[in-house]
Amino acid sequence: MKRILAASVAAVLAIGTLAGCGSKATNDTSGAGSADGDVIKIGIFEPLTGANAAGGQLEVEGMMLANEMRPEVLGKKVVLVQADNKSDKAEATTAAARLIEKEKVACILGSWGSSLSIAAGDLVKTNKVPAIGASCTNPLVTQGNDYYFRVCFIDTDQGRIVANYCADNFGAKKVAVIQEVSNDYSTGLVKIFSENFKAKGGEIIDGGSYQTNDTDFSGILANLKSSNPDAIFAPGNYTESAMIIKQARAQGITAPFIGCDTWETGPFIEVGGSDVEGAIMTTFFDDKNPVNDEGKKFVEAYNKKYPDKQGNIDSVAALGYDAYMLALDAIERAGSTDGTAVRDAIAATKDFQGATGAITINETGDADKDVAIIKTVKDGKFTFLDTVKMK
Amino acid sequence: MTMATFMQQLTNGISLGSLYALIAIGYTMVYGILRLINFAHGDIVMMAAYFAFFGIAVFHIPWYITFLAVVLLTALLGIVVERTAYRTLRDAPRTSILISAIGVSFLLENLATYLFSGIPKAFPEFKFMTTPFSVGGVLIQPLVVVVPVVTILLLFVLLFIINKTRLGMAMRAVSKDYETARLMGIEINGVISATFGIGSGLAAVGALMWGMKYSSIQPLMGVMPGLKCFIAAVIGGIGNIKGAVLGGFILGLAEILLVAFLPSLTGYRDAIAFIILIIILLFRPMGILGEKQTDKV
Repeated sequence: MKRILAASVAAVLAIGTLAGCGSKATNDTSGAGSADGDVIKIGIFEPLTGANAAGGQLEVEGMMLANEMRPEVLGKKVVLVQADNKSDKAEATTAAARLIEKEKVACILGSWGSSLSIAAGDLVKTNKVPAIGASCTNPLVTQGNDYYFRVCFIDTDQGRIVANYCADNFGAKKVAVIQEVSNDYSTGLVKIFSENFKAKGGEIIDGGSYQTNDTDFSGILANLKSSNPDAIFAPGNYTESAMIIKQARAQGITAPFIGCDTWETGPFIEVGGSDVEGAIMTTFFDDKNPVNDEGKKFVEAYNKKYPDKQGNIDSVAALGYDAYMLALDAIERAGSTDGTAVRDAIAATKDFQGATGAITINETGDADKDVAIIKTVKDGKFTFLDTVKMK
Repeated sequence: MTMATFMQQLTNGISLGSLYALIAIGYTMVYGILRLINFAHGDIVMMAAYFAFFGIAVFHIPWYITFLAVVLLTALLGIVVERTAYRTLRDAPRTSILISAIGVSFLLENLATYLFSGIPKAFPEFKFMTTPFSVGGVLIQPLVVVVPVVTILLLFVLLFIINKTRLGMAMRAVSKDYETARLMGIEINGVISATFGIGSGLAAVGALMWGMKYSSIQPLMGVMPGLKCFIAAVIGGIGNIKGAVLGGFILGLAEILLVAFLPSLTGYRDAIAFIILIIILLFRPMGILGEKQTDKV
């Protein structure tokens, strides 16, 4: 009896650990042939578990939708292969290596979270497999890497826009900044924001820092309270940010919170509840006012596929859609799945009509966008506030 | 730093410390009896938080019934884990049982990720616990007072059980020498089950407080608190319940006061726990309240 019990426990344990790893193909033809066989594999490199999971899953939703709408290229079926980078920089390289070496994908899409994309950068470059990031905005993702591209604007622009918005629309003189030190995205934005805000004559207060997965922010917030800022700029992961705002309100801090694109994710409002009302963020896309026909098509198809989300499409889903569509467009233009040929085709992209607007890839591999959207949380929903011109 | 800010930091530290203390008790109890570091303890905390989430947010059961059910269910989970993963290895080398504990930890984490998804869930809000009131310029959430009070109360209940009841006497006997205890007619399996039940029940109380305070739960939420509470138990003297509570408070206060006095080091607050651990292990390996042990040859 004991032995049977022990054996069954061991078996359950083994299954449990195995369930956590392994890449799973979303289509039923998984494992059938490689890139030059009868299907073309495209790798989805996203956090599906861990602190960034909600963001990653939203991008995947957009990519799957795009795959349904355009399932073939060069006369071959496109198979999406998912690899979970577990919101962890070390796991990210393992996941990317699996996509490149084992699955032999033609192109990689993702990841939500700039740090995770940066972690995969070297692998992508040395193996000459092009990657297209959807919403990773940190400049370092594409810097010095000919094989990494993206379909979103970058933090150099985003940080400047937020700084200008704080100074001009808010009339803020003194802004406290809180950064997630283990997150390149957050530290990068805080630096860019601070430079731009100081250039406008504002004062920056160091509001402290925290690590990804921290839950208690009471220490830094108690310090911050005594400095009495006009606004608080706290870009970072959505869960931690929502908890910071909640704990700030509990300690009587009433200054408005300002963040960036990562905040526009369902759990930000779920976790933050009524405390995140009035939080302001920059983002990429507004589903109420799509800028072109592709945008309208996307909104219509998305609402049809995910009816329970009606009226609240997250920007990153639209970017996931764009990343997939751009990859297929590039493969078609290249006429093959050869890494270098696809890379050159992506780099030559001009006025590609994506759901988030026209995309032209510039010499650094980033998308030139003309506008950014500013949203706020109102009545438990992300609500359009303003459109800002990039240039 | 103003007085108000300092007092605010002190209350923050005490409330964080008492959460650590609640969870550390579970580590120390199991270690005291089995000489086993139950690595799955942090994940039991996580499961308890999910039980509460489902009870209140999904099934809309009144909170007081849910809380009671969560404590009982979690105690049961602790007992089941012990029966399946540890009891079967009772006579195996200690390393095997330790690895089994790590296995249970991974199993619970992956099971939770699979069942509840990796996306964080919002723990139900309790306005009467979180709406702050002001005392001399210091804003205090009722919860911040409730957590230490509950911790201390539970500590006294537990000390009563251990020192004054038959079960407690049996526990002490088993922890001294379980072979002899067995010879003396103590039903050691029952005693060990009870230990796991009580430890996990306390972890459930910790999880409820944790959920109310930090309002977000996810499958890996137990990992870091689990490690820190283990450290708290070692600091206080592992195997000693008062020590675990003391260690919890020390760790909580150290973390918050580091942030308060050296704001530039806030990024290293997780490191402080490990630094304290190393110092304790170097200079007082048995912990602050621990007793020196001589191993039987």
